[in-house]
Amino acid sequence: MSGHHHHDHDHDNHFTPIEARVKALESLMVGKGYVDPAALDAIVDTYETKIGPRNGARVVARAWTDPAFAARLKADGTAAVAELGFGGRGGEHTVACFNTPDEHNLIVCTLCSCYPWPLLGLPPVWYKSPPYRAKAVIDPRGTLADFGLTLPEGQRIRVWDSTAETRFLVIPMRPAGTESWSEEKLATIVNRDSMIGTGLPRVQESQRGTAS
Amino acid sequence: MNGAQDLGGQMGFGAVRQEPDEPIFHAEWEKRVLAINVAAGAMGAWTIDGIRAARESLPPAQYLSSSYYEIWLAGLNRILVEQGFVTPEELQQGKPLAPAKTPKRVLKGDEVAAVLRRGFPYEREAEAPARFAVGDAVRTRVMHPQHHTRLPRYARGKQGVIERITGCHVFPDTGAQGLPETAQWLYTVVFTGPELWGRDADPTSSVSIEAWESYLEPA
Repeated sequence: MSGHHHHDHDHDNHFTPIEARVKALESLMVGKGYVDPAALDAIVDTYETKIGPRNGARVVARAWTDPAFAARLKADGTAAVAELGFGGRGGEHTVACFNTPDEHNLIVCTLCSCYPWPLLGLPPVWYKSPPYRAKAVIDPRGTLADFGLTLPEGQRIRVWDSTAETRFLVIPMRPAGTESWSEEKLATIVNRDSMIGTGLPRVQESQRGTAS
Repeated sequence: MNGAQDLGGQMGFGAVRQEPDEPIFHAEWEKRVLAINVAAGAMGAWTIDGIRAARESLPPAQYLSSSYYEIWLAGLNRILVEQGFVTPEELQQGKPLAPAKTPKRVLKGDEVAAVLRRGFPYEREAEAPARFAVGDAVRTRVMHPQHHTRLPRYARGKQGVIERITGCHVFPDTGAQGLPETAQWLYTVVFTGPELWGRDADPTSSVSIEAWESYLEPA
């Protein structure tokens, strides 16, 4: 629980206008019996501490090390991620988009901010903001350039606009030189952006050539 | 509706800017806006598309100059007033002045983990077979409804190919208007870059949308 005070000083001068409006709404919603303060604290705690990109990284690392899991993930993403305990609100229907040498995948939601919450947590501001939502579909390579990413010559690019309740997780290609790595170690190089398609997994120099 | 939310292909916003070491929230009030939205949605008074429609109906200048959680706050206030849960005066004063409406349910603190884990699945039993098959050429309809839709403007009147049949899913356009729930077959439809953006577009790029059956006709 956050120790947040639910009823104090709604209009005190030390609140900014937006803080005052949010406090007024919360007091009102609690006062009218529409929301339970304990539920609000539990929701914040869930998205602050329990759910984040490490969930998606576990899915990717499992797909890299277990070909049977990768096949199930390709056939039915929702069922496969549920094997690892993931799913639910904001990710009821999951589709895995596998990068290949021929095609790179990029995920966007031009209409709002649809994003696989159970696998990646809450989206970063850039994902929800007009520049990305506007540009990804019309200029995907220029969008990747904004992230410092240039695809190899000949690799096509496929953009997925999340216009329904299906949520997309990019499965990047496993970097060379990681053949001896454990699933746990592999998960450490799967960053958030590599699962959106605006990045790639990065092997640090210090990680090279060491097993386990 | 052709609101400010329909951003695909618009120009003038500049480069995508990332924030190094971005925190999950940028202020305490953002946490409360997220939580109140999730908890209020769990009352079951509106659908996910109902709240999206409330956000999209903000005047474009307001939508584009607001942060994302400011949009969420404005949309929630709007739908709460529209549906008679609160009055504008109550929002001003931050305390109940009128009798409360009885919600279908109130999400309790000890139910949160289970409810979030279960989510709100959108797949329904199909009443008819899917009209289209994988590989079919289709054309999206040209339409400009006043109400909420999930067919973006840049993908209207365009020819694409059915890549995947997702299932029979709750139809957003009617649900957002508070009409009884219906479901339609949902497809992944792929378009080439040049089909969407013209001959100067990158021919090695493609874009897919998720399209409900009534958005599509045979090509």
